[in-house]
Amino acid sequence: MSNYFFFIGLPYVAIVILLVGSLFRYLNFGFKVSSLSSQFLEGKELFYGSRPFHWGIIFLFFGHLVAFLFPRSVIVWNSIPLRLLILEVVAFGFGISALFGLGMLIVRRINNKRLWMVTTKMDVFVYVMLLTQIISGLWVAYFARWGSAWFPTVMTPYLKSLFLLDPDITAVAALPLSVKIHIVSAFTLIGMIPFTRFMHFLVYPFRYFYRPYQYVIWNWDRKKIRSSRKLVNGVRSKNN
Amino acid sequence: MDIRSQIAMVFHLDKCIGCHTCSIACKNIWTDRKGAEYMWWNNVETKPGTGYPGKWEDQDIYKGGWEKKGNSISLKGAGKFKGMKNLFHNPSMPVIDDYYEPWTYQYENLFEAEEGDDQPIARPVSLITGEHITPKSGPNWDDDLAGSEEYAKNDVNFKNVTPAEQEAMFQLERMTFHYLPRMCNHCLNPACVAACPSGAIYKRGEDGVVLINQKKCRAWRMCVTACPYKKSYYNWNTGKSEKCVLCYPRLEAGQAPACHHSCVGRIRYIGVMLYDADKIEAAAASNDEDLIKNQLDIYVDPNDPKIIAAARENGIHDSTIECAQKSPVYKFVKEWGLALPLHPEFRTLPNLFYVPPLLPTMAFVDESGTYETTTDSFWGAIEKSRLPMSYMASLFSAGNEEVIKNILKKLMAVRLHRRAETVGDLPENESKDAMRDVVMDKETADAIFRLTSLPLFDQRFVIPPAHREEAMEMLESTADVKGNTGFGFKEQPVRGL
Repeated sequence: MSNYFFFIGLPYVAIVILLVGSLFRYLNFGFKVSSLSSQFLEGKELFYGSRPFHWGIIFLFFGHLVAFLFPRSVIVWNSIPLRLLILEVVAFGFGISALFGLGMLIVRRINNKRLWMVTTKMDVFVYVMLLTQIISGLWVAYFARWGSAWFPTVMTPYLKSLFLLDPDITAVAALPLSVKIHIVSAFTLIGMIPFTRFMHFLVYPFRYFYRPYQYVIWNWDRKKIRSSRKLVNGVRSKNN
Repeated sequence: MDIRSQIAMVFHLDKCIGCHTCSIACKNIWTDRKGAEYMWWNNVETKPGTGYPGKWEDQDIYKGGWEKKGNSISLKGAGKFKGMKNLFHNPSMPVIDDYYEPWTYQYENLFEAEEGDDQPIARPVSLITGEHITPKSGPNWDDDLAGSEEYAKNDVNFKNVTPAEQEAMFQLERMTFHYLPRMCNHCLNPACVAACPSGAIYKRGEDGVVLINQKKCRAWRMCVTACPYKKSYYNWNTGKSEKCVLCYPRLEAGQAPACHHSCVGRIRYIGVMLYDADKIEAAAASNDEDLIKNQLDIYVDPNDPKIIAAARENGIHDSTIECAQKSPVYKFVKEWGLALPLHPEFRTLPNLFYVPPLLPTMAFVDESGTYETTTDSFWGAIEKSRLPMSYMASLFSAGNEEVIKNILKKLMAVRLHRRAETVGDLPENESKDAMRDVVMDKETADAIFRLTSLPLFDQRFVIPPAHREEAMEMLESTADVKGNTGFGFKEQPVRGL
C-alpha cells in the first residue's frame, strides 16, 4: 500500500504542486522570487560551499536526465567496463563535490550570526532534504552498484510509465530501501520547489545569453505618440 | 541620428560645503528600511580619500565598468561569459564589511535601565544581528581626513601622481581637500543594465532614468560588481538590488530630486540633455585620449533646427525640447565647457558632470603664513597648485591634464573679470588678458557668474513636465501606494522563502 502512495501518489502530487505552485507564486508573488544570495553578508566561505555544491548538483541532475531520456545510449556506453567505471567514478566525484559543498554551506550558515538573520524555516528544511538526497544518492552509488547500469532498465521505464499516466511500480517496489529513500526524497524536493528558495533555478536567466546588453524601455510608443489617434488610454506598460 | 532626451546633472564642486544634507534627504525618503540601512544612494566623500565603499575606484579589486577590447568594449567583471560563470560565487563583489555594518543605539536603555550605581548608556547594536558591536567604520568616516594614513594615502587616484608630488601634498601647510558628492550617474552606457542577467535593470527611454524592476530582480548581484561607481546596492533582507531612482515620482511631478532640492550649497543643477544614441557605441569605445571629447560630443545642440526636427520625429515632447534649450546642464557642459564626468575611463558615459574645484587647487600659504588666493600672474597659481593636476585629471578626465587646466583657467578668468567689475582693484589688463587667453567674452563670463553664484531655483532645476496624459507608467496613481510600502514596492517587501 505504502508503495502506491510513495511511488504513484507522491510523484503526481509533487509534479502538480510544482506546476501549479510555481506558476502561482511567479505570477502573484513575483517580488518573492529570488535566489536570496547571502554572499553580501559573507563572501569568503561561500566560495568553498556554493561552487562545488552547484556544479556537483547540476552535473548530477543532467546525468539523471540523460539516463532517463537516452537509456539505450547509456547502456551502449556502459558495454565496455572501463567506460562504465569512468562514468561511475566521475558521477561519484560530482556527488562528493555536492556533499562537500553542502556541508560547507551548512557549517557556514550555522557559524555566522548574520546569516542566521536571513535564514527561514524553509531554508533549514531545504538543507535537510538536500542532505538526505545527496547522502542516499552516494549510498546507492556505492552499495547498489552499478547505478548507471540498472537505472536505464529499472528507473527509466518506471519514470516513463509515470509520464505516460500508466504507472508501473513492480520493479521499483523490489528495489532496496536506500534507493527508495532516494526516489521519495527526490519527489519531495520537486514538490517543495514553490515553497522554498528552489524557485531560483526555474528563473535561470537563459534570455541573457541572446539579448542585447543594453535594455531601454519606452512606456509608450515614442514614434507614434504624436499621432493622437494612436493613443490608447489606460494601457499599462509591460514591465510593471 | 537617433535623438533622445536624458535628465542630466551638474555638481559645482567649488560650492560644496560637505554638509551631507543631500545624503540625509535621500536616506529619509528611500533607504531608511531594513536591509537598506547601509545604502547611501547619495553620499559625500572627501578627496583625497578612499570613499564609500572603500576604494570603490579601484577596478582591479571590484572589476566594475567597461574595458576597451580592440575597437569594441566589454564588461570588465560581468557579462554573458565572465559574469555567468561566476554566478554561484562572485569573486569581485563587495560585501557588507566593504561598506560598513549598520548600527543603531539602545536609546531606550537611557530611560528603562534599572536603578544602579552607574549612569545608563546607549550601547551601539548591529542593525543586522541585533548584537552589541563596536562600530569600526561608517559611510563618511573619512570626512575631512585628507591627510590621514588610513584614508587619503590609500586614494586610488594617486596612481598617476609622482611620489614627490604626493610627499608635497601631505605636508601640513600644503594639505588640501575637496568634497565629492556622488550618486547614480544614470549612464548612457550603463554597465549595471548590461550586466543584469534577469533583465530587471532598464533605462527609461523618455528621461533616461535607470531603474531596477524589483519584481524581476533575482539577486544574481551582477549589477553590484558591474557598476564602477558602486551605486547599485544589494538589499540583504529582501534579496533584491536597489539603486538611486532619481526620485522619479518627484521628477514626474516637476520637482527636483530630494538631494538636489535640499542642497544647502546650491551646488546642484539638473536639466534635460538631448543626445544622439547612434554615437554611444563609438564614444564608449574611443581611445583614452579622445574619451572626454567623444563623450561630450554625444550631446547635441537643442537649438539646432535639424536636431529639433529629429527629436520631434522620435516623439520627444515640445516642452522637453524647450527645457533642453534652457538647461543649465547644457550650458555648463557644452556651451561653457566647464563640467566633466567623473572617471570617464569607466566608459559608462555618466550623466552627472562636475565642475572641478578651483579654490583648493589655487590657494596656498605664503612665507608670512597668510592664506593667499590671488597671485601676481593670473596663471601662476595653476603652476603652484596645491592639488596636482595629475590627481584632478585622474578623477575627471582620464588623465588629460590640459582639459582640467583649461577649465580652471576659465573659472579663474571669470573670477578676475568679476573682481575687476565689482572691486576694480586689479591691473587693467589682468582680467582682459585672462579672458582672451581662454577665449571668453564679457557676456559669457557674466552668465557663468550669474548661474554659479546667483541662480534662481528655476534656473538650477529645469525639469520638463511629465505629461501624465501620455505616459503609461504614470497612469498609476501614486496616491494609491502612498503611506503603505513606498513607491518602489507595490506589494509588501517581504523576503521570499
